[in-house]
Amino acid sequence: MDELLKILESLHPDVDFTTREALVDDRVLKSFDIVAIVSEIYEAFGVAVPPEEIVPENFNSAKALYALIERLEDE
Amino acid sequence: MQQTNVLEYLERTAARLPDKTAFVGESSAMTFSQVLRSSRTIGSALARRGLEREPVAVFMPKRPETVAAFFGCVYAGCHYVPLDEEMPRYRLGLILENLGARMMICDESTLPLAGELGFAGETASYDELAAGPADDGLLARVRDRQLDTDPVYVVFTSGSTGAPKGVAACHRSVIDYIENLSEALGFSGRTRFANQTPLYFDACLKELYPTLKFGAVTYFVPRQLFMAPVRLVEYLNEHKINTICWVVSALTMISALGTFQRVKPRYLRTVAFGSEVFPVRQFRLWREALPRADFFNLYGPTEATGMCCWYKVDRDFGPGETIPIGRPFHNTEILLLDEQDRPAAPGETGEICVRGASLALGYYRDFARTNEAFVQNPLNDRCPERIYRTGDLARRNERDELVFVGRKDHQIKHMGHRVELGEIEVNAAALEAVRSVCCVYDERRGRIVLYYAGDAAPAQVAGALRERLPGYMLPNRVERLERMPLTANGKVDRTALGRMDENADK
Repeated sequence: MDELLKILESLHPDVDFTTREALVDDRVLKSFDIVAIVSEIYEAFGVAVPPEEIVPENFNSAKALYALIERLEDE
Repeated sequence: MQQTNVLEYLERTAARLPDKTAFVGESSAMTFSQVLRSSRTIGSALARRGLEREPVAVFMPKRPETVAAFFGCVYAGCHYVPLDEEMPRYRLGLILENLGARMMICDESTLPLAGELGFAGETASYDELAAGPADDGLLARVRDRQLDTDPVYVVFTSGSTGAPKGVAACHRSVIDYIENLSEALGFSGRTRFANQTPLYFDACLKELYPTLKFGAVTYFVPRQLFMAPVRLVEYLNEHKINTICWVVSALTMISALGTFQRVKPRYLRTVAFGSEVFPVRQFRLWREALPRADFFNLYGPTEATGMCCWYKVDRDFGPGETIPIGRPFHNTEILLLDEQDRPAAPGETGEICVRGASLALGYYRDFARTNEAFVQNPLNDRCPERIYRTGDLARRNERDELVFVGRKDHQIKHMGHRVELGEIEVNAAALEAVRSVCCVYDERRGRIVLYYAGDAAPAQVAGALRERLPGYMLPNRVERLERMPLTANGKVDRTALGRMDENADK
């Protein structure tokens, strides 16, 4: 989780990613960020996020995103 | 008689296809006759208040009713100025200050926010303005006084001095643009657009006006879908979208995330892109996915009313090759001028200068900056003739196509938006605990990096910028330095900062 938070904080240092629950709906994350996050997740975790998993529900919070990574690691 | 008013597009089509759907949003849709009726009603309400030849701010989200509000302003002989809730309050304040408008149109979602902007004029709700009766006699009298040299809209773009600057365009230049763009891209009554670009830039002219001209249809794609590529393509298929004019970053988001392995756009036949260089690898994924579609690269500054050059892709491009911006639209000429203001020799780089009826009127309430950018054609010493100096550099290749080379200054294109790095710097430097600041653009990774020296923490700087700048202008990385690297003559060393950024992730 710390590694993921580091990725997110490097994109937006002023955002507290541990508490935000609507990162996409509140327009904190833009489509530009999503592309960057997907490629950094691949670098850091070796996990390729398939396109159908790239939906706001999975990116609205660090927790949801981490759950996605864990799920993909298990598959 | 020749067309002199953009409203003629709407009136002709509403008479021909009154019940055809024109614009479709997330929660409502409007037919051509509904757009006409609402626009005339709003126009009457504004004209009854004595508004004419002045700006009217339209502070509404992206929905069909917003288009009706735009044309309501034009019916009153006014020019519409789109504002959006995506703009931070500070920026909205700067724009309203520059405008000096007496009227702002809101809907129920923006009314509460409008109250906090300290707007001195009247704030009216769309529903109220669109409810009353239209006054045909009043509208006819206003129309009689309108000329095709009167402004239609003002849109605000990034300004290097720290404040956004408004670009005003008139009926004549909008009509010139729409006629020639439609001809080049082959729009028709069968065209089904999916709009991606915000309504507060000239980019949306490409969909709004051809829809009215031909009786086509425009779907406003819900913003959230640009964060969900598979759903986005499914949306295009569900609505049988055959034409998109999107920024490159929206297109590469789809291809780079592997979407085409799951779903392909089935109806798309025309894909226009622009405002940025399309990475060839991503472009090839699009061409493979849509072998029957036509692809167009468009280029143009807001100051020349939308786009002014086009290139229909007619060959393959290898890695490292650049897709040309092609040639100007009919009735527009591009001059490539060298540093002595002489025509650049074939193959030589020159500044792109635009001449023709498509030139915008200039910067709103800013004659000084207008006169710097809109200047006498240096190749014409016989009569007055304005050209617009874009600050963009290009050359002609061996096929006589224009190829974009870069910028003369610190303006960049980021996510399809035009950004003056200077505007970010001025806003960061305004913070008390920031001593010096420099913004660089990492073209390879497409990100804005802000370096600063001072006591403020990076999170503080990023947070403060979020309150002042729109999302697309926020730096993708903010870094504090002990001190700024300087060149021998004491200026901030941008090259050294660029190198620092290159090494940052290693």
